[in-house]
Order: sequence, then structure tokens, then C-alpha cells
Amino acid sequence: MADRKFSKDHEWVEVAGDTATVGITDYAQGQLGDVVFVELPTVGKKLAKGDNAAVVESVKAASEVYTPVTGDVTEVNQAIVDDPKASDETKYEAR
Amino acid sequence: MSAVETGLARTPLHDLHLELGARMVPFAGYSMPVQYPAGVLKEHQHTRMAAGLFDVSHMGQVRLDGAQAAAALETLVPVDVLGLPAGRQRYAVFTNDAGGILDDLMIVNAGDHLFLVVNAACKAQDLAHLRARLEPAVTVTELADRALLALQGPAAAEVFLRLAPAAAGMKFMDFRTLEVAGIPGFASRSGYTGEDGFEISVPAARAVELARALLAEPEVAPIGLGARDSLRLEAGLCLYGHDIDRTTTPVEAGLLWSISKRRRQEGGFPGDERVRLQIAHGPSRKRVGIKPEGKAPAREGTDILTVGGELIGKITSGGYGPSVGGPVAMGYVTAANAKADTPVRAMVRGQALPARVAALPFAPHRYHRS
Repeated sequence: MADRKFSKDHEWVEVAGDTATVGITDYAQGQLGDVVFVELPTVGKKLAKGDNAAVVESVKAASEVYTPVTGDVTEVNQAIVDDPKASDETKYEAR
Repeated sequence: MSAVETGLARTPLHDLHLELGARMVPFAGYSMPVQYPAGVLKEHQHTRMAAGLFDVSHMGQVRLDGAQAAAALETLVPVDVLGLPAGRQRYAVFTNDAGGILDDLMIVNAGDHLFLVVNAACKAQDLAHLRARLEPAVTVTELADRALLALQGPAAAEVFLRLAPAAAGMKFMDFRTLEVAGIPGFASRSGYTGEDGFEISVPAARAVELARALLAEPEVAPIGLGARDSLRLEAGLCLYGHDIDRTTTPVEAGLLWSISKRRRQEGGFPGDERVRLQIAHGPSRKRVGIKPEGKAPAREGTDILTVGGELIGKITSGGYGPSVGGPVAMGYVTAANAKADTPVRAMVRGQALPARVAALPFAPHRYHRS
């Protein structure tokens, strides 16, 4: 069973085999408030630990999301790019 | 950590904000509600659909007394104060000798005195400026023991008239002394959202009572500074320290409409020469709306380039417009690029995102002019 680890910047990562799923915590998205824009990395992008992987924006501010692990992006949660307001119910994933 | 421990001032409604579940943030030295549990998006939309109640008690309320107060004030602002009729309010700016803007404010002719409302962040500086230039012929009094509330939205008038029947017949920028919910105060029909509404001054001791009376009305919801900012941005209204500051003249900022013909011709305010020259020859840069074409907001500090990559300006306010349903921004560009629909690029996170110069406002004003 994958177990979830948390970074100092409110990201979480769940590792299963050679796939890591990265998201932001419920606390972080609550602090952000209404999400109006999400930018996710392109599939295939190579990310090193600590790189800026994504951006989540509220009405007032843009928040960078850093990847806590090194890897290649294999999948992103397109649903929250298309409908940012749904992000308070779902979490973005980069495997 | 309480507001007192962090060194922040409190408005008379501070405890009410906490009771309403507000998230408090520091703003201009005050602990202020940035949002309530509804959130910025819903608070913004509520204001454009019904009536939003804002605590703006952090702003400075100042009274000028003296037979020559209007003439004296004209030495500090480029607007027509002598011709401002009793019971009317006018938008103005304090200028410096370079024609730059020291603050923007509202000036009211209250009959036997002038009443000014200035920005919280500039309050101390504005009072010092007024005192240094106008005393002792004019008495400058800070009305520190008063609260200021703003009720804004298409339902604001219906609500306000219920609680203040003496407001009947007020038009946009009218000012009256009257009772609201039995509380003595004064109000102008104006605001910072682009919507119809009222700004109401009452003694600090009666502020909570007034706020509760207004919040008891079914159309009214409390609105924080987060939505106040997105509302005024959509309305194309300047925020001092961002869209206007000491480096911007009223001509560059597109505020020429506030400078009457007489004042343009006669001058007599700081920076009048620079303003006169800019009116004659056109300013080298202009404040414009910037509409990103994609979904990504372009925020304050973002460089604006031509399609060819030449730097032509910067965004001074930007974010997401809930009523527009997309990103909106304001900034300055060189005069040659200031026409509406001019294609530009906004440098966001290293990418040149397509955008266009846009006429302001993004959300149409709905002032009650007649």
C-alpha cells in the first residue's frame, strides 16, 4: 500500500512502484480559497526534486507547486485545468 | 495571535468580523477581513447581484473648516472645489511638484465645511500635507472616532432607502446628513465597485449597530478586501500605490476627466506645468486595460511587450475577474500602443502570453446618475 508523505510546502506524494502521485494538501487548497486557474506540466516533462511543477491561482494570488520527487510526468489531471473550481474536491496528480 | 499583539490597528467592526468568520489580514496597518466563509468569488458575485457590505473604516475621514477652505484646498488638488455645490462629492488627487499623485481622495462640500475621505495607507502623510499647507487659516480635523461602511450593488439603494428614507432622491455623488436605522450620520451615493451604492459614516460607537442592521436585511452579505479588489479592478478603478503613485500624473493615469477646464487653464496646483504640457502634447504613456487572451492571469509587475518583443510597459493591477469570467488587468503602455485592441504580450513565468489592450471598465458601471 502506498503511504502518503508531506513536504514543508503543503505538497503530498504517494509512491507505488516507480510511479509517484503528487498533489497539494486539503489545507493548502483551503488556504488558497477559490481556485480560478491551474497550469500543469506537459506530459513527458522531466522534473527534478524542488522544481516548479505547477501553478494554482486564486482570485488574489498565484501559488507555485513544487515537486518533492524527481521524475518524468506521465499523466496530469486535466479535469481541474478545464474546471479549476472543481479542484477543491479533487486533487491534481502527476505520476 | 491577536491584532494588538502584532501591532495592527482595529476598526470598530473588528470583533464583528471575527464573529462572522472572517479571515483577517494586515492591510495599511489595520487588521482587516480579506474574506468571510463565502469566499472571494461568491462575495464578488453577490455584490454585483444583490448588496455587499464593506468595512472601510480604516480609511481617513477629515474635516476642513474655514471661510477659505475651498480656495486653500485648490492649491493642493487639480479639481474644481470652489464650484463644488453643497451636497455634492468629487473625486480628486493630491499632486506633487512633478505632477505625480500623492493620493486619491473624495472631496465633499458638506455645506459649512469640506469633508474628505483619503486612503488608509496615506492617511498620516495626507494629514501632515494638509496641516503643513493649510493651517492655521483652515482648521484640519481628523474624524478619528468615526466608522465608514460601504453598501454596494444593484439592491443597495432599496436596502438603504428602507433604513434611511431621507436618502430618497439621492443621485450618484450626492451627499446628505441623515439617519440610518435611527443612527445619525452622513452618506454619499458612491463607491469603489462600479455598482450603485452608498458610503456611510457614523460614530464609531454606533458602527456595529449599523452593520448588524444592514446585515439583517435579506439582500446584504459581508464582503472582504479580496472581493473589494476584484470588484474595483473589473470597474477599472485605480488603487493607490499600484495603478497610481508619485511617478504617475493624472494625465498618464487617464484621470483628466477629474480636472475641470478652469483648473487646466489656470493651474495653481502642484505640478500644473507638467500636467499642462502633457495635456498639450499627450503623455508618453497611458493607463489601459489589458485582457489576456488565455486563462492565465497576468498580475502586477508583469512586463508588457509588443508582439515583436519590445518592452512597452508593465501591469500595475491584475488578477481574475469573476464577473468577466477570466483574467483582467490594468497597466501602463507607451502612448503609441495604447489603442484598444492593440495586440500585446504579457510575460508570465517566462512565457510571452497573448493579450490585448482593452477599454476600461471590464464590467460596465451602473451608477445611479438620474
